[in-house]
Amino acid sequence: MYSSKLVRNFSPSMPVQQHKPVRQPPHSDSIHFPGAVKSKFTSALQFQSPGGAPAIPTYRLMDTDGVVIDKSNVPKVGKEMALKMYRDMVTVSIMDLIMYDSQRQGRISFYMVSAGEEGVAVGSAAALEPDDVIFSQYREQGVLMYRGYTLDEFMNQLFANKNDYGKGRNMPVHYMSEKLRLHPISSTLATQIPHAVGAAYALKLNGSPNITVCYFGDGAASEGDFHAALNVAATRACPVVFFCRNNGYAISTPTLEQYKGDGVASRGMGYGIDTIRVDGNDIWAVYEVTKRAREIAVTQQKPVLIEAMSYRVSHHSTSDDSFAYRAKDEVEDWKRRDNPITRLRKYLEAKGWWSTDEDMALRSSLRKEILQAFSRAEKMKRPPIKDLFMDIYEEPTEDLKEQMAELKNILDKYPEEYDLDSHEGGKDGL
Amino acid sequence: MPVGRRLGVLFRQQLHHHNLLPRAFSLSPSRQSRAYSRPPPSNRKLNLPIDFNASCLLAHSSATALANPELPGDVRASTTTKKMNYFQAVNDALAAILEEDERACIFGEDVAFGGVFRCTTSLSDRFGSQRVFNTPLTEQGIIGFAIGLAAQGHTALPEIQFADYMFPAFDQLHNEASKYRYRAGGAKSFTSGHLVVRMPTGAVGHGALYHSQSPEGFFSGCQGLKVVIPRGPIQAKGLLLEAAQGAHDPVIFMEPKILYRAAVEQVPTAPYRLPIGKAEILKEGKDLTIISYGTMVYICEAAIKHIEKELGVTVELIDLRTIRPWDKKTVEGSVNKTGRCIVVHEASRTGGVGEGVASEVAERCFLRLEAPVCRVTGFDTHVPLAFESFLMPDVAKVFDGAKKTLEY
Repeated sequence: MYSSKLVRNFSPSMPVQQHKPVRQPPHSDSIHFPGAVKSKFTSALQFQSPGGAPAIPTYRLMDTDGVVIDKSNVPKVGKEMALKMYRDMVTVSIMDLIMYDSQRQGRISFYMVSAGEEGVAVGSAAALEPDDVIFSQYREQGVLMYRGYTLDEFMNQLFANKNDYGKGRNMPVHYMSEKLRLHPISSTLATQIPHAVGAAYALKLNGSPNITVCYFGDGAASEGDFHAALNVAATRACPVVFFCRNNGYAISTPTLEQYKGDGVASRGMGYGIDTIRVDGNDIWAVYEVTKRAREIAVTQQKPVLIEAMSYRVSHHSTSDDSFAYRAKDEVEDWKRRDNPITRLRKYLEAKGWWSTDEDMALRSSLRKEILQAFSRAEKMKRPPIKDLFMDIYEEPTEDLKEQMAELKNILDKYPEEYDLDSHEGGKDGL
Repeated sequence: MPVGRRLGVLFRQQLHHHNLLPRAFSLSPSRQSRAYSRPPPSNRKLNLPIDFNASCLLAHSSATALANPELPGDVRASTTTKKMNYFQAVNDALAAILEEDERACIFGEDVAFGGVFRCTTSLSDRFGSQRVFNTPLTEQGIIGFAIGLAAQGHTALPEIQFADYMFPAFDQLHNEASKYRYRAGGAKSFTSGHLVVRMPTGAVGHGALYHSQSPEGFFSGCQGLKVVIPRGPIQAKGLLLEAAQGAHDPVIFMEPKILYRAAVEQVPTAPYRLPIGKAEILKEGKDLTIISYGTMVYICEAAIKHIEKELGVTVELIDLRTIRPWDKKTVEGSVNKTGRCIVVHEASRTGGVGEGVASEVAERCFLRLEAPVCRVTGFDTHVPLAFESFLMPDVAKVFDGAKKTLEY
């Protein structure tokens, strides 16, 4: 299964352990201690102050009206792809509205919308290769959509029915796809960041032309796993793109209570990682930046950090009322003034690639498609009851077999106490 | 943690450079006395130093080693054996895994130069620094990285330098490694099953709070993880190979570090696997069952000599070997035969493995039990430097537990 070319293909950029002794030469003007070898001596006692340097700039290609700022630097995406990107963003936004309401009606248990961040997700996904491996947090529906996750696949997961790849075990929005190389989402924040690093190292060992991409929010970047992952990625030179969605809030916590430095981007340099900040509402800027980051990761076999600035227009989740901690007009202002979907629409219209009529027609047909997938998924049975016990281990242990028998006995004795019919195979599905 | 870690480093360097480990661990009667430890009182009868060279639980000859019925037939018939201590057997197994599986990688803190306990000696030279390498000092990073590597189909063999320091990685082990396959609906390409986390565990005589812990009880509550604690070199090699090459489940592989140099036996040179999830009956008896694992099986062996001689009974000794999932059938069969049962482990009593064993035995053997299940365990304290000998289960405590159980 595994070819012996592994070692041969191994990248020469892999760091090799240096065993050269480190000595402080006499009269040197810089330090040669093992921990820092390029630092000049200075007699000026001066602390490096975070306020001393200007904030890392934010890359953008077009303004809030969809007008390209530097005419010599136009988006390199053709009509067909641009329209796909637009369509995918709109699909996510409509699906979000429908599913948010359906949670409010109690038809699914939970939901998280990605309003305001569709451009970040779709723009970055469009810059990747289909075989790049993706680890995400939970607000990256646009990534899945762009990769080809179908409406049925979304709905099967949300309704936890028998066609859900996760066998109905996870909360809604915890998507995955083996085919699309989307690793399963877990609720634990930031745990996926070191996973992406390990997976990138695997790609490197295999001599793969692919990278891993890891999405996370500005709040998750405060977790220890963020620190651990970036440090390991840098020291082991792993081809991974870290993609931070900085949307200003972690549930109710604004970024000014999340960190004191210059966002998340400023930390990248400290780990020795190439870093860039981008306007997350500018899909072309996100696309270009991701494309370049991917190129660096592949060709130089090292990590890159992208911080995409945006605004979480929506509530954190269906369990959150964000007006308890932020002003409604702040949100309305963002919706009206700057929105990734509107920005791209203006761009497309100016190009003559899109019109109001086409937009209305698209929205109504998407709504219909989504509702059709919705009702297909809602009618479908849940997975068989035995799936409660499977996949804990590769094979069920003796303990698990005993516990399955125990449940079977209970179901035999008290069948009317359980909702057996909603599961595939009913009682016999155990 | 910085201060604790710094002390840890000092401790490790001491063990390594001053070679205190073998002497401190051999516990032989002739050992030199050191400033911090006095020779035992001369009138001791029970708590004498364990003589590993005389233990029947270790194979001191090639013939004994190859007589092990759990070894595959071809290994028993044709292989040779080599005298190895515990860390050498671990090293031997790791080399065999890397040899056979090109996708296998070993990494952790200080593993490249051979590891602070010498378990990874020469592996980086032999298999390359891309497969055996140091990581930054971050337990959560090591395990998170390992899960990602494993989820791409590689065999990940991370090391946590001391079990005491696994807690920063507990989230990764419990919420990620243990649940990856389950939450992925059993998807073949999304499992953390190709993962074996090695960690030295248990008391060493002077490890105090952070070089002595036995945290297997925490793991025994993690659905989806397997937990293995081998008692000697033969077991360590066979179980490590099974952990890496058998069923694709994440395995916590705990190595009692006091045995690294002390436990020496003839180990088959060919690769072989021993079963995970199966206990081993080390000695048959009919009046009392003693259940233990790791270092404590040697304490139990010594105690059994006194119990049998002074109380005129025969004792059955079981090594659980696997803490999760543990072998309830073997234990049940034994206790239903003897009617009496003691569980011995050095971890604290509350939340320890003994709780689970005692409750299962009570449930499964209720009609045959002639005495309450007795637990001889560490106390519900931390492991303080100067008091370790009072805290650990020892021959006197096991003897006393047996006496009470037999006279109940």
